[in-house]
Amino acid sequence: MRSLRRLNKDRVSGVVLLVLGLAIVLQGLEYRMGALTRMGAGFVPVVLGILLALVGVAIFVTAEPGDFGTAKSMPTEWRGWLCVLGGVFAFVILGQHGGLVPATFISVFIAAMGDRGNSVRNSALLSAGITIVGALIFVYGLGMTFPLFTWG
Amino acid sequence: MGQALHDLWYGFGVALMPNHLMWSVFGVLLGNLIGVLPGMGALTAISMLLPLTYVIAPVPAILMLAGIFYGSMYGGAIGAILLNLPSHPPHAVTCIDGYPMTQKGRGGAALGVTMMASFFAASVGILIMIFMSPVLEVVAFKFGPTEISAIMLLGLLAGATMSRGSPLKGVAMTVFGLFVGTIGTDVISGTQRYNFGINELSDGVDLAALSLGLFGIADFLVTINRKVIKASDAKVRMRDMRPTREELRQAFWPMLRGTAVGCLFGAMPGTGPTITTFIAYAVERKIAKDPSRFGKGAIEGVAAPEAAAHSKTQVDFIPTMSLGIPGDAVMALLLGALVIKGIQPGPQMISEHPDIFWGLIASFWIGNVLLIILNVPLIGVWVKLLQVPYRLLYPSALFFICIGVYSTHNSLFDVAEVAAFGVVGAIFLALDFPMAPVVLGYVLGPLLEENFRRAMLLARGNLAVYVTRPIAAWIIGACALLIAAQFYSYLRRVRVKRALPVEELMAE
Repeated sequence: MRSLRRLNKDRVSGVVLLVLGLAIVLQGLEYRMGALTRMGAGFVPVVLGILLALVGVAIFVTAEPGDFGTAKSMPTEWRGWLCVLGGVFAFVILGQHGGLVPATFISVFIAAMGDRGNSVRNSALLSAGITIVGALIFVYGLGMTFPLFTWG
Repeated sequence: MGQALHDLWYGFGVALMPNHLMWSVFGVLLGNLIGVLPGMGALTAISMLLPLTYVIAPVPAILMLAGIFYGSMYGGAIGAILLNLPSHPPHAVTCIDGYPMTQKGRGGAALGVTMMASFFAASVGILIMIFMSPVLEVVAFKFGPTEISAIMLLGLLAGATMSRGSPLKGVAMTVFGLFVGTIGTDVISGTQRYNFGINELSDGVDLAALSLGLFGIADFLVTINRKVIKASDAKVRMRDMRPTREELRQAFWPMLRGTAVGCLFGAMPGTGPTITTFIAYAVERKIAKDPSRFGKGAIEGVAAPEAAAHSKTQVDFIPTMSLGIPGDAVMALLLGALVIKGIQPGPQMISEHPDIFWGLIASFWIGNVLLIILNVPLIGVWVKLLQVPYRLLYPSALFFICIGVYSTHNSLFDVAEVAAFGVVGAIFLALDFPMAPVVLGYVLGPLLEENFRRAMLLARGNLAVYVTRPIAAWIIGACALLIAAQFYSYLRRVRVKRALPVEELMAE
């Protein structure tokens, strides 16, 4: 990971934007371009893609050379990332195949485990609390159509 | 003038209807509650409660959103002053002198002054709004698609460049936002764009999903296990909030000057409240007899920026409502909510939806009064809330984000969208890109495209209309000036390598 952190933030930003811009242009060319008088669906997105790529180049070129993002850049926090995103995806998957109660409990639990200060017990208590409050507010209170339990 | 007062009277009638008033109170309370929670800014509060407004009628929905906005702004100030934690960017300046005041035991007084400054500034802003709107309405009717697209360009440029950090990165995020706005069905030809065969994307990206991804999930990803948010041990009771006579005397002129700065900048589309607070603070420090007091708990350093932020956001509603051009991301979210409700802000808005426009203005005043009524007795509760640890807060917020986004279309796909934008947002945040311009671009994107295409259709593809039509030419000239100013300041930075005090503050 050391090598990653020694990269210049501005240079990386420039490359990211350039790639993103070119990808937008490439996909945008699939749509009808038209002319300025009568623009097709592809015209504006392609222009935006070109702009994004140009801005990327400009950021890359104007990057200050010595400015290696080290001291300020924080260590990559894989546990936190995995748990927060895992929590959201757990909600999507269990919401489809398990219902609101399991979806809420598991997603809050996974998300809570991302913080190093939370123990398994604390996280379980928190998710149990949120599950009860959530079901009460949204299903019983606001009458949302989200089954508490479901199979399939 | 008489007409404006008459309309205002009508607005109060709308805003004071029990049903509407209830949503206002609800919005202020919820906004304040979320805004005060450590790490939850005004943007998070509005995005989280946005889905809730989808189910209620347009008028109470917008009144509630305005309430949420007020509440969360003020709630954020509490966190900034007592915890040194700016959850909403404009409060970064408030921290500089607000937190030292807390350390000196005058945190309560700082909150009291903030409340007075924001009430005063918002009232002035509202007055300007009342008397300026009809004038602008007349002007706005002279605007065709050419002028509208030109002024949108100006707003986007200003929003991208006049914020903290690198202007180029701001422009990049604006363009990215504009691109996200093109995803889905093209309104003119009906072509599906960038949906990669996913049917759920044919209606475009959901506003709530985008903003919650960028301001919610991305924020968690950046904050988790990294920033130690220290719980507050400040004890503030109701009577602590009363500033001394000396403090009031010191805060009076800065409050007026801050308000003036805010009003001045409010009229310019695209300039966010953050830059306004920085300028208000810089002005105070410049004219102070003893500038060394600043940063050590000078009450002027709290009163001026808070007043500026509030008058600015108030005046900002003028371009948002009459031209459909939001000044910052918060306004963009409000605008987006209106568009979802089928109300298109623009020159016709005031005449077509007077209930919304004048009701909103009246509700601003009511909202500000509510804020004072609620905050003085509830300060003890807010201080308690500041002690909620982040490790319990973000998993709970994550649930409310998921269920909120789900509820907008009863679609789990939208929830997955939140995660996707969370990742995108976190990557961009890690690379020091600002997030607010994305939402600005996203909301304006479809409107800009439509107006640009219509303008070109009318002018038979001749781009010269942007300089031959007088109003458009002035606006394009302003755009050119803005770009030239950025270029000049870049060249100067490269040569001198020594920033002005304001820029120094902004680069922090």
